[in-house]
Amino acid sequence: MHLAVRFAGSCCALLACAVLAGGCARAPREVHFFAAGKPERLSDWQLFAVRDGKLVPNTGVVAYDLNTPLFSDYAHKFRTVWMAKGKAATYDASGPFNFPVGTVLSKTFFYPLPAGAARAARGVARTYDTSRDFAAGSAGEALDLARIRLIETRLLVRRELGWEAIPYVWNAAQTDAQLARTGDAIPLELVDETASKAAPAAFTYVVPNENQCAGCHVTNVRTRQIEPLGPRARHINKEYAYAGGAENQLAHWTRLGYLTGAPGAAQAPRDAGWRDDNAPIDARARAYLDVNCSMCHSPTGPANTTALDLRSANQDLRLLGRCKPPVAAGRATGDHLFDIVPGKPGESILIYRVTSSEPGVMMPEMGRSTSHQEGVELLREWIAAMSGSCGT
Amino acid sequence: MHKQIFAVVCLLAAGCGQGPGSSQPTTATDTAFEKQLQQQFLDAKPGTVIEIPPGTHPLQRVLTLRADGVTVRGAGSDKSILSFKNQISGPEGMLVYANHFTIEHLAIEDSKGDGLKINDGDGVTIRDVRVEWTRGPSLDNGAYAIYPVKCRNVLIEDSTAIGSRDAGIYVGQSQDIVVRRNRAEKNVAGIEIENSVRADVYENTATNNSGGILVFNMPDLTQHGEHARVFRNRIIANNLDNFAARGTAVASVPAGSGVIITSNPKVEVFGNEIADNRTANVIIASYYSTNFADKTPTPGYDPYPKSIYIHDNRFAGGGDAPDGLQWKTLKVSMFGINGHFPDVIWDGFVDSKAQINGQYPPEARICVNNGGAAVINIDGPNKFSHPRVLKEEMRCQLPPLAAVTLKDQT
Repeated sequence: MHLAVRFAGSCCALLACAVLAGGCARAPREVHFFAAGKPERLSDWQLFAVRDGKLVPNTGVVAYDLNTPLFSDYAHKFRTVWMAKGKAATYDASGPFNFPVGTVLSKTFFYPLPAGAARAARGVARTYDTSRDFAAGSAGEALDLARIRLIETRLLVRRELGWEAIPYVWNAAQTDAQLARTGDAIPLELVDETASKAAPAAFTYVVPNENQCAGCHVTNVRTRQIEPLGPRARHINKEYAYAGGAENQLAHWTRLGYLTGAPGAAQAPRDAGWRDDNAPIDARARAYLDVNCSMCHSPTGPANTTALDLRSANQDLRLLGRCKPPVAAGRATGDHLFDIVPGKPGESILIYRVTSSEPGVMMPEMGRSTSHQEGVELLREWIAAMSGSCGT
Repeated sequence: MHKQIFAVVCLLAAGCGQGPGSSQPTTATDTAFEKQLQQQFLDAKPGTVIEIPPGTHPLQRVLTLRADGVTVRGAGSDKSILSFKNQISGPEGMLVYANHFTIEHLAIEDSKGDGLKINDGDGVTIRDVRVEWTRGPSLDNGAYAIYPVKCRNVLIEDSTAIGSRDAGIYVGQSQDIVVRRNRAEKNVAGIEIENSVRADVYENTATNNSGGILVFNMPDLTQHGEHARVFRNRIIANNLDNFAARGTAVASVPAGSGVIITSNPKVEVFGNEIADNRTANVIIASYYSTNFADKTPTPGYDPYPKSIYIHDNRFAGGGDAPDGLQWKTLKVSMFGINGHFPDVIWDGFVDSKAQINGQYPPEARICVNNGGAAVINIDGPNKFSHPRVLKEEMRCQLPPLAAVTLKDQT
């Protein structure tokens, strides 16, 4: 009953908006938590405002990022967390934090536009340069819509019965995103701005459908519960550029009242940044595998059928793939005998599969249509540095 | 040499796979159908019946089912066809994470990866489902056509698997399984039961695969297999060239194999018609005869086949043109150019720790009690240096294995 009243209230507010038009934009509107249902538009949630050529998070919607992110066809990502007033997540050192009912996590996928490119064209930049992403003066807190193309925003919403994944796809005008339960396929062209300067490459950007969201976010094949993947201590234990200055994210969340029980940053686990040249190659590769693979390749995940365990916590080298035959892996061995052959990336099934972008061979099985050249390079370097042999 | 040629073919095939050619344009009608069908899968709840109308329906992405108690039903495996020829995302055709469901009377064609994969389900019914790669045997095909893994109470019946690059009907790491009245052809392995407990495989036809029916137990997996009954099947002329990728378990299957039992304890093979499989009608092998150079399987895994009972099958032909140079040479030297291997080949690896006075205890023996059928021990441990034909030495009996009882089938 209480909910119904609140909902009715906000309907009136929207109506008032329509009538008063411009005047309404300045009125403070709170994030709207929908306890059930799937609103048709991202704007219904009031997580963000599109104004003055910027995508600006609402009050209480806090941006964050990860030490090592999942590769998604070179897309850049803008992540936020929001919780209902007075709610907080409780810290966990290894698994997902225990987020309260009334949490909304968002992840917006976008690309910087190539220099001089028209927005209507298919071209998007393949770059690690984030200097075009954020609006001047916002540090890391607002996206500069003049210089990027928004593709999709995925929500993970914590409701009474658990998490739900809700995908939205941005319209051509970049004013709002529409519910896309069955996903989408968007033709794009990657314009290489990295040192490799490859020719522009056309690809199909695949927005997952709701069931495919669960393909990664169900990390326990028995409970089949959706869980957040990014906001875990080892991934978010890093500094973020807030408008008010840089601060460690665990400390920032704690200060805002979004997180309880977190130790100081130095005491919390921290995975390496995969592009951090100062970190040991092993730490970088293991962080990369953890984020890109371990949602399935863990003892509880959907790929536990293969006995390959790519969590950064796994210390069993054979289960990590070293000299491990692909007993139930199926066809995509690339004619190789073992997942990882020390010193020999070219003979390792793992490299064959992460290099491929052909469904049925490629790993991860979804979430990308292109090959992650720099990620593959990292893993090749990591395997090349291993000593020993598989006795072949 | 053979392997080198194989590698070249592989490269060429991979190159072709990237190019255009097989794609056909997807129409607006197709797109609308797919969207509506995807929505039905998203909205499915216990009791939902998703009907697949007759016709060929091109789909671009995997159909994933995550709700228990659902039925997906077509008008027949030759009428309601889900075609994944233009698939962009998957890689499976249909992927199921659910319990107590039925998939029946439909076909899944040309998925990039596995055709129908079921992960960790209890109460699985697959009936009159055809999964096929229409280009025929190819390295570009998916690994498994019908693929329940880590499931309980699995029924696969009246279904068809054609063209898998690995196994047609592959039941892995599951328990309580019935596979009956199916047809498997042009796969590397027709039907494979791997690391599974209690399987009844009967009244199937496996023909023109590289290997007909396989019962395998492999190391490193979450569960070890035991107890499989293979009976009243027709396992005829499985002589297709092995086109599996190196490194897979089935790459070690010699073309021309009828039944292969590898490292799996408690297997009873009886009442089958097994004929014209040109390497051998039956092969009994240890893990040491598979292609894994790695010979140190994990602790707790028994690499030796034990408690194997072959009896009352009808054997005919076969063993006359074995796959691979070593076996060819062995066959010619022992039986002549026009001769043939006996019906059963045993690799001869024994677990000496489990033996007393050079014999397994009665319940762990390998028994071949099949009329005049002989066994050749190829002396695998000594690289085939002292192969010998055995007859009475292998004749013994084991108590019959219990029939499988399924719960919760629809």
